[in-house]
Amino acid sequence: MNSDSLVSINDLTKEEILELVDKTRMFEENPNRKLLEGKVIATLFFEPSTRTRLSFETAVNRLGGRVIGFSDAATTSSSKGESLKDTIMMVSNYADLIIMRHHLEGAARYASEFSPVPIINAGDGANQHPSQTMLDLYSIKKTQGTLENLTISMVGDLKYGRTVHSLLMAMYYFHPVFNFISSDELKMPLEYKVFCDEHNIEYHEYTDFSQEVIDKTDILYMTRVQRERFTDLMEYERVKNLYQLRNSMLDSSKPNLKVLHPLPRVNEIAYDVDDNPKAYYFQQAQNGLYAREAIICKVLGIDVK
Amino acid sequence: MYKLKKEELAVAALENGTVIDHIPTQSLFKVVNLLGIKNLKNSVTIGFNLDSSKCGKKGIIKVADVFFPEETLNRIAIIAPNAVINIIHDYEVVEKHAVTLPDDIIGIVKCNNPKCITNNEPMKTHFHVVDRNNMVLKCHYCERPVTEDEIVLK
Repeated sequence: MNSDSLVSINDLTKEEILELVDKTRMFEENPNRKLLEGKVIATLFFEPSTRTRLSFETAVNRLGGRVIGFSDAATTSSSKGESLKDTIMMVSNYADLIIMRHHLEGAARYASEFSPVPIINAGDGANQHPSQTMLDLYSIKKTQGTLENLTISMVGDLKYGRTVHSLLMAMYYFHPVFNFISSDELKMPLEYKVFCDEHNIEYHEYTDFSQEVIDKTDILYMTRVQRERFTDLMEYERVKNLYQLRNSMLDSSKPNLKVLHPLPRVNEIAYDVDDNPKAYYFQQAQNGLYAREAIICKVLGIDVK
Repeated sequence: MYKLKKEELAVAALENGTVIDHIPTQSLFKVVNLLGIKNLKNSVTIGFNLDSSKCGKKGIIKVADVFFPEETLNRIAIIAPNAVINIIHDYEVVEKHAVTLPDDIIGIVKCNNPKCITNNEPMKTHFHVVDRNNMVLKCHYCERPVTEDEIVLK
């Protein structure tokens, strides 16, 4: 196994997270650094994800590396029935690092066990997506000045949303208070509430997206309620409008509040919020580039000064 | 007294070997599979639905001249946590101990998540035991929990 791989945010210690946050800041100050000259990076997207792939490939390009790879498994030999192991072993002959996204959960963990080059997990099904979590943490640190003692309210799909699960796990180092706001169908799974209990993390659950909760919040983390999660579409129509953020709802909120969203958004954030200085989701996505530059350098053991 | 004697007669005595006792009836044949008994050349006695003072009905397996590695025996703990191992030499029980659940369970339990990589690649499953008292496992790959009543053997 290549111990330098980044498969899950839980693989990182508090010190490693803080170091990555610090390096991300350095890349934001200067994103163009020729640290990957002569290196070839493979981006293997067995499942399409344009946003994540472009962000990683831009990161490699800004670091002066070259990219090989594919954006859809339909054009590769995995559509001929090649195993993941064989594909990874082949590509590791060519590349210095493999960035992979796969629809199967645990795919990146498995690849990291036999790959001779490091693996960065760019999403494995509903399981892990550590670079998303790093950009979330960086966005929180940048806008709040600290990661410590913040009140984070998570809204929408807390059951299937892997970004909220990973963020919750990563924030446990920093004494947060969580508010979980969702319908009964999309509540935070029990295992994460058990995790909070075990680590003495304060959390509250609400089915109402109330002004009172918003006004106590430092980070309002919105997520998309996905239509395909519902068996009853009437229920979807009802729920999707319950957890919509409108500009007027931010009027009495704390001055430091920022609205985050992993994107793409549908209607859970009204368009009139976009011009509010508290809306941070587009900058958040931009931070993804810097966070990924920092992650790539970390797994390759390249020091950034 | 008569009942006890009859039970003793039902299962042949062992000169040397291993006796696995106190297996829940419903787990007996799973334990037989887990130990790979069908591939053995030794004489094996399998007792099914025997009366037990401890657990109502029980299963028992006696394998002549085989001493399984501890690691193999501990796998039984996944489906028969109260099983007792007796090591027999010259008709005497020289060692008696309960099975202990290992920290990691490799290649035995199936992951119930159809989207888990282990159900889609030719590879071994790997679970961590996260809660010994309530028997909760967690898949090393997809990170989903598996509770006791959800455990399916491969």
